[in-house]
Amino acid sequence: MDFSVLVDQFFALTIDGIALGFIYSLIALGYTMVYGVLRLINFANSEVFMLGTFATIITSKNIFGYADDTEPLTGMKLVYTLLACMLVSMLVCAITGVLVEIVAYRRLRKTGSNRLTTLISAIGVSIVISETVRILTSSAPANNPRLLDKIYLVSYAGTEFYIGSVRIPVSAFEVRLDTLLVIIFAILLLFAVDRFVKNTRLGKGIRAVSMSEQNSQLMGVNLNKVISSTFFIAGLMTGAAAFFYTTVYESTKFNVGFELGLAAFTAAVLGGIGNIRGAFFGGIALGILEIYAATVFGTQWKAVTAFVVLVLVLLFKPNGLFGESLQQARV
Amino acid sequence: MAINIRDKGAEIWERSPKPARVAIASLTMIFAICLPFFGGTFLNTPISSYEAVLVYPVGLFVLMALGLNIVVGKSGLLDLGYVAFFAIGAYTMAILGTTTSLNFWEIMPIGIGLAMISGVILGLPTLRLRGDYLAIVTLGFGEIVRIVALNTMAIGGPNGIANIPTPPKFLSLEYTLQNQKAYYWTVLALIFLVIWMIRRLSTRRPGRAWESIRQDEDVADLMGVRTLKYKIWAFAIGAAIGGAGGVVFAAKSMFVAPEMFTLNTSILILACVVFGGMGNIWGVITGAIILAYLPERIRFISDARLLIFGLTLVVMMNLRADGILPRKKREKSLTS
Repeated sequence: MDFSVLVDQFFALTIDGIALGFIYSLIALGYTMVYGVLRLINFANSEVFMLGTFATIITSKNIFGYADDTEPLTGMKLVYTLLACMLVSMLVCAITGVLVEIVAYRRLRKTGSNRLTTLISAIGVSIVISETVRILTSSAPANNPRLLDKIYLVSYAGTEFYIGSVRIPVSAFEVRLDTLLVIIFAILLLFAVDRFVKNTRLGKGIRAVSMSEQNSQLMGVNLNKVISSTFFIAGLMTGAAAFFYTTVYESTKFNVGFELGLAAFTAAVLGGIGNIRGAFFGGIALGILEIYAATVFGTQWKAVTAFVVLVLVLLFKPNGLFGESLQQARV
Repeated sequence: MAINIRDKGAEIWERSPKPARVAIASLTMIFAICLPFFGGTFLNTPISSYEAVLVYPVGLFVLMALGLNIVVGKSGLLDLGYVAFFAIGAYTMAILGTTTSLNFWEIMPIGIGLAMISGVILGLPTLRLRGDYLAIVTLGFGEIVRIVALNTMAIGGPNGIANIPTPPKFLSLEYTLQNQKAYYWTVLALIFLVIWMIRRLSTRRPGRAWESIRQDEDVADLMGVRTLKYKIWAFAIGAAIGGAGGVVFAAKSMFVAPEMFTLNTSILILACVVFGGMGNIWGVITGAIILAYLPERIRFISDARLLIFGLTLVVMMNLRADGILPRKKREKSLTS
């Protein structure tokens, strides 16, 4: 255990944590929205995320033709390349999400099967997706070319001074371009989803279904359409998260979804599952916590942190931190 | 409506007089005991040794699927981290076997006990949760056990533990790498013991409690079933069986490493349970035998083995949600 790094790098780590947290928030949104509507954990969401990371890499490598050693792009070229990658990733995830719903959930929903059956069917779909990718990539990791240069916008190395013999460290502080972009875009997307669910007709349909499936059908809500759109939006957010993840961490593998999925689900539960704003705060809280824990205990324990947090939350506050207070914002 | 072979089988069984039942049961047992001698026939596996395949995966998968069936099939608690208990049993055998002078038979109860205790420790906070939460927490637990084993250098870290002693001679049975029959019969004895235990438990109070919890937990609670207590028992018994399997596995392979206990194993065991028919021990056994043995027999699909499992799970859940040999009709949940 080493707390000195945590103290010396406190602000730098916090910003990394927030960026990671926003990625979690976006994936958590995928879990939370589907849970709100179907009362089921979408087990395949982590694999949808994994497909998104590969979609990003395929777009930049095979469609734009950038190689691993390409110089970072600048100007308009950078903007449209990144936007294209992001859109492709979002669309791939959204379409996969809708397909997953049709294959794994729709038939079982109609026959009114129990939850275990549906859950296992979703696990089946997620195995199929991850195994297909594993066989296609021969378990090899794929790298994303560094399109966005990791420039430091603000960089302050930190200092220390002494009062008598007591060391007072002043933490280092740095903001990288890619983390800043992740934070800005994630805030925009989360805000957009929140408004969408609040104000639009479809959003109201989603909220109605999450309150009562039967009553909303009585009121003329098209159930299949609402559920499909929920999966679509959840997929869009997961796809954006996949794009951000690949841009910041630059590498992916067929099993990348597992750890991220577990963490994102923890984030969703932490914020109160089914609650959009809860996913937002839960993601950030977990991201920061994980980065601190990784610094203090070592990176290999990151997944363990997420799990321990999950058990503690479920033990003491099963509704999540915001389960009650943000009841209004419930999907 | 799917044909319920299980009900047909049960009908034949119920109608048979006692001598016929004894005959059927003993013939099945003798057949199971003689299986290792059929190595030369079409049953032979092309790459791995046939006798070794009978021990792991087939025998141990049947054993663990029976254990997981108590948790998933009987009580309706979805456990996605069952491999954790298998790993705890295996590591107990590995650590105690290499550092102390205890032998296999003395370590077995310790391994079972430790697996049970960890089952209770995991169960106490999490079994208050319902379905999906439990699934995720157990899934996390399974991975945590693996990550802890991977990062704890005292138990070998990623290299695992080698040179685990084989069990001492039992009667005239020698446990060696060449003679896998002894291991197979040990596993078979455990399987018979577990079947006997499950059959007794199912028709008595715990069985009824699990059944009611699976069908409707709130109603069960209302009717005075102490749901948490019976759920923890289901978890602990399942864990104990997994632990026993782990001890045998470690002694058989003489080597354990964290990568043997991945999520895939948990999913495979769950697939055995679901594929065969949740809640019905004969279905579970059939499922485990098919899913463990077939990939060894037809090696050409072994790379795509998991992919095919995934597809099977989806298709099976959509078309025949109750498995190959479903449970009795009256035991089916009211909601399904």
